[in-house]
Amino acid sequence: MKYFRTHILISVDESTIRAGVKNFIASLRNHLDKYSLTDEIGILETGSIGFFGKGLCFVVYPENIIYANVTNEDLNEIVTEHFLKGRPVKRLIVEKPERTQYDFNYKKRIVLENSGIINPEDIEEYIGVGGYEAWEKALLEMKSDDIIEVVKESGLRGRGGAGFPTGLKWSFTAPIKAKQKLVVINADEGEPGTFKDRLIMEGDPHKLIEGIAIACYAVGATKAYIYIRGEYKLCIERLRKAIAQANEYGIIGKDIFGSKFCLEIDIKVGAGAYVCGEETALIESMEGNRGTPRSKPPFPGVKGAWQLPTVVNNVETIANIPSIIKNGADWYSAIGPYKSTGTKVYTVLGDVKMPGLTEVEMGTTLRTIINEYGGGMKDGKKFKAALVGGAAGVFLSDELINVNMDYESLKNYSAVLGSGAILVMNDDADIVDMLWSVIRFFRHESCGKCSPCTNGNELLFKLINDIRNGKGKEEDLNKLIQVSEVMVDTCFCALGQSLLMPIKSAIDNFKDDFLKRMN
Amino acid sequence: MTKLIKVSIDGLEVEVPDGTTILDAAKKAKKYIPTLCYHPDLKPTANCGLCVVEFENMDATKRACSTPAWEGMKVITNSNKLRKLRKSLLELILSNHDVACPTCDQNNKCELQDLANLFNVDDSIFPKILKKRPLDLDSFSIVRDSNKCISCGRCLIVCQEIQTVYALTEGGRGFDKVITTSFDKGMYDSPCVNCGQCTVYCPVGALREKNHKDFVWEALLDKSKYVVVQEAPAIRATLGEEFGMNPEEVTVGKMYAALHKLGFDRVFDTNFSADLTIMEEGTELITRIATGGTLPLITSCCPGWVSFMETYFPKRAENTSTCKSPQQMFGTLVKTYFAEKEKIDPANIVSVSIMPCTAKKFELARPEMKDSGYQDVDYVLTTREFIKMIKEAGIDFATLDEQKADNLMGAYTGAGTIFGATGGVMEAAIRTAYFVLVGKELDDLDIKAVRGMTGIKEATLTIPTKDFGEIKLNVVVAHGLSNARQVMEWVESGEKDYHFIEIMACPGGCVGGGGQPYGSSIADRARRGISLYKEDKDLPKRCSHQNPDVNKCYEDFLGKPNSEKAHKLLHTNYFERSKLNGEIIREITHKH
Amino acid sequence: MYEKIFEKYSPKKDNLIYILHDIQDQHPQHYISEDAVSEVSEYLRIPFSHIYGVLTFYTMYSTKPRGKNVIRLCESPPCFLKGSENVLRKLKKTLDVKINQTTKDGLFTLELCACLGVCGNAPVMMINDDVYGNLNDEKIDKIINKIRGEK
Repeated sequence: MKYFRTHILISVDESTIRAGVKNFIASLRNHLDKYSLTDEIGILETGSIGFFGKGLCFVVYPENIIYANVTNEDLNEIVTEHFLKGRPVKRLIVEKPERTQYDFNYKKRIVLENSGIINPEDIEEYIGVGGYEAWEKALLEMKSDDIIEVVKESGLRGRGGAGFPTGLKWSFTAPIKAKQKLVVINADEGEPGTFKDRLIMEGDPHKLIEGIAIACYAVGATKAYIYIRGEYKLCIERLRKAIAQANEYGIIGKDIFGSKFCLEIDIKVGAGAYVCGEETALIESMEGNRGTPRSKPPFPGVKGAWQLPTVVNNVETIANIPSIIKNGADWYSAIGPYKSTGTKVYTVLGDVKMPGLTEVEMGTTLRTIINEYGGGMKDGKKFKAALVGGAAGVFLSDELINVNMDYESLKNYSAVLGSGAILVMNDDADIVDMLWSVIRFFRHESCGKCSPCTNGNELLFKLINDIRNGKGKEEDLNKLIQVSEVMVDTCFCALGQSLLMPIKSAIDNFKDDFLKRMN
Repeated sequence: MTKLIKVSIDGLEVEVPDGTTILDAAKKAKKYIPTLCYHPDLKPTANCGLCVVEFENMDATKRACSTPAWEGMKVITNSNKLRKLRKSLLELILSNHDVACPTCDQNNKCELQDLANLFNVDDSIFPKILKKRPLDLDSFSIVRDSNKCISCGRCLIVCQEIQTVYALTEGGRGFDKVITTSFDKGMYDSPCVNCGQCTVYCPVGALREKNHKDFVWEALLDKSKYVVVQEAPAIRATLGEEFGMNPEEVTVGKMYAALHKLGFDRVFDTNFSADLTIMEEGTELITRIATGGTLPLITSCCPGWVSFMETYFPKRAENTSTCKSPQQMFGTLVKTYFAEKEKIDPANIVSVSIMPCTAKKFELARPEMKDSGYQDVDYVLTTREFIKMIKEAGIDFATLDEQKADNLMGAYTGAGTIFGATGGVMEAAIRTAYFVLVGKELDDLDIKAVRGMTGIKEATLTIPTKDFGEIKLNVVVAHGLSNARQVMEWVESGEKDYHFIEIMACPGGCVGGGGQPYGSSIADRARRGISLYKEDKDLPKRCSHQNPDVNKCYEDFLGKPNSEKAHKLLHTNYFERSKLNGEIIREITHKH
Repeated sequence: MYEKIFEKYSPKKDNLIYILHDIQDQHPQHYISEDAVSEVSEYLRIPFSHIYGVLTFYTMYSTKPRGKNVIRLCESPPCFLKGSENVLRKLKKTLDVKINQTTKDGLFTLELCACLGVCGNAPVMMINDDVYGNLNDEKIDKIINKIRGEK
């Protein structure tokens, strides 16, 4: 392996590809070649470095300098000044927030530990940072029961929103005898404001594959599917490559590491339906049907896709597995508070200085996440509210800005961690507008199967629309809550049960915004 | 054996087999849980949410219809919270429902209306969210009114799983989801076979028959028209239940009396042409066996099955009997044989049939059904329409004096009457075929192997024929089109070897037809079938070849069974239809 | 007509979603016609109406012809907060169309969609497979004019 004195980590993701990063890299190589620097300076195409709205950007390591908004015209200057003469080009350097997600020394990164550091399209790089060691350990040294025990003890809970203990989920399926069992990865990321799974898949696809392999071995599944939403073209492409490489290296496939264990991984795509994030709807969609949820029981772990026992896990959940196996349950459960162990990936969005992605320890306060990782409020405006947990989340006011972000603490405030999306709003935001947008989203995404959800969403939208247009009455606020309460008890799946939280929290915490529209 | 589990329903302990739903467990405890989308014949869709129940030992609500009971569960079937939830759900449904009860075809038979009434629902609590959609009126048989649809999903299960027709589907998503046909083209442009089972199971009148009642009234009140009527066997087994009589009673005499009272000029009976069908079809079967013709022979009485065959199994047209259905044989004869005998200008005859069936409305409109030189049958009334006519005329059905059918085409045998139940055509055909082949009547006319509600009924009959020695006849009876599909797949793959196949599109046969009263369950259908078998048993003549009117018709008019004239008037040909829209692709069999 | 696509997938129902994607991507008007549904129905041996049901469930599919460039503007809360309503207004004006309509020249169809998972750059839209973020009036003019120029 070549040794480079300097690494340039260039983010190649949906937005930078748009901005012409491929062309940029080609011309960077030309420049390095021109000054005979190719043996000294390595270029790594990485996933997103969690930094948005800044056009093309790259990190120079070990200096840890970030250049942003760079164009081809700037290249000559950077190469000659910085790489040749060691004088960073100040005008292009980004001012860093206090502590950033691309602080590579930050010890608590687990699922994003390699994102932005290694080339996601090269299995060698993943292996180079210790990748697939956990898989080898699991397969050759551990029994499947031991793995499930470790995952149980680690306290890992599902990161898709519901927070169900992962080890427990596996333990339902593992003992079932069936001609085939399946593991399905839910990568139908559709919760508004959430794109953590996309960045995990784009930035470190092999981590996901390693996690899948371990999960399959633990529950006795010989076939895994990754169900990715249709819009995530780059993820699909990168995972296809990663699967092909893993097959080629004998990491998955037949008789893995001489253990007789076989595993096939396949990709299924969605076509635009939020409800397919619900595990039984996802299974319906995988089978080539309308993505409407099924009755539970039977639970998918017992009878899932094609009636086979099927474990459905979220991308982020599975991306935690290799580290847990490698470092042990104690190591993992020491991170974060009791009952909410590990780290969580958040997307901090809205009226903050640095919208983006961050992985922090469970239990970190909302204030810390917004101020330190989101860079604080943009343009010096005042914080008004945060919609935490995605559209199916809760509108929190500044009174709760010090809440610890973990499953249990949020439960005390009838709030949820959800998908980890944090949409920050400043004083200019109007909660009626925001709630209108939330309800519109659910109305659009209701699958139409059960009548409480179908009719309920339409009615809620009519009510909020009237309020927004100044035609509402105060009693309509009660109706909003009444209907969403009925929906909690009668809707067929979680989608219809989701509206009470945003509606109730918006009305409880920001009633003035509603009353303003009524006079 | 399934394990038994103990559950408590409102404090009452019952034992049920593992896997029983909460709803069924509650039924066992004689506890009522309101349901709307649920129907006992169909697997639960769990769409409406009305059957939610609570638990003493758990903070959750679950749907009783689709949740299996578990050991030690303590269900609460009613509480203030549950009542409130159920009421709100009904209010939500009504806000998206065209509440047009007085003009609705299903008024007083509507499951939503009943519940709304029981729960004292106020439909003005929530603003109306209904988005009006145009009616689908183009089909010959079925009218679809999406504005009444509550998306219970029963029709989808019936159309897709029980009938495997796949005409109805869901289009769109969320509030814009509508139960519709592909590309929203309407029933006419779909592979719908007009069986009408969707109308029977629809709880709210969103699916109903195309009404012919007004046309029939118009003809009856028009002095220049000569209105002749025929009634299918299933009608007499159904009317009693609708007029507060013993539902097991066959009401044939009162039925004739009501028809006379309504002003029909001649009251005949489809059972006559059912017997005639046996003469024609039985002869066809014997000829095919004797001459090495194409076997198995498949019955052709059921227009739903015929459309299904033309759409999904067109290659089986060569197996399908060339006989018209009893309704169409009757129609042709009314405007030829009857007109000739009575010296009435067939142009002035209005031929009406009363059928338990919606597909008959399609059948009468088939362009080839004009062998009399006119449209053979003019109007079809379903059982439901007929009941409404009786009520509209103010006839007190239960107290009517019994009357007889009119002469010429009114006599029938027990073989004709069992046409209304699954297996009946098979049994009737065997009775006559045996007589023809053996030269004497069967000792025991009851052929129990082909009776009853089992979906596919197989039997092998040994017949000591006088001409070819002992032959073994493999027969099968299928009702419900998914069963028909199964039998056709066996035939096409060569897995099974049959000589004669009876198929009826509707579960239970015609007594379970698409024109029968709303909500007819499998249990209702079975009971009506039994009534017909009972009538058969009590009739003096039980074999088609003994029908005096049929024999007279051959003597005076047709010659003998399968004669050239019979072929011209009583037999037909088939077409291949598109699986996409039911359109005719080509003619497959030709009339000779 | 779709043999090339069918070759890629075995005739199993679970390949339906893939096949519909490929058919739509291959069509210059980004839609799935009745004829296509009929061929898929034959190939996969599943009912025509089943495919229609699937087709109309997922928002990425269209049963109606669309423009050469399908614009899908995100209307979910994060983009809404960052001004997607203004972007919508601007797009409607620039293209002179309403939602779900196609421009007269057949170049653009304007649609709304749910979260595209690129919220860091809100407000966001997709034009065919490409994502455009941090939208404002000026940027929209630039993007639209560029595509118009490529015609």
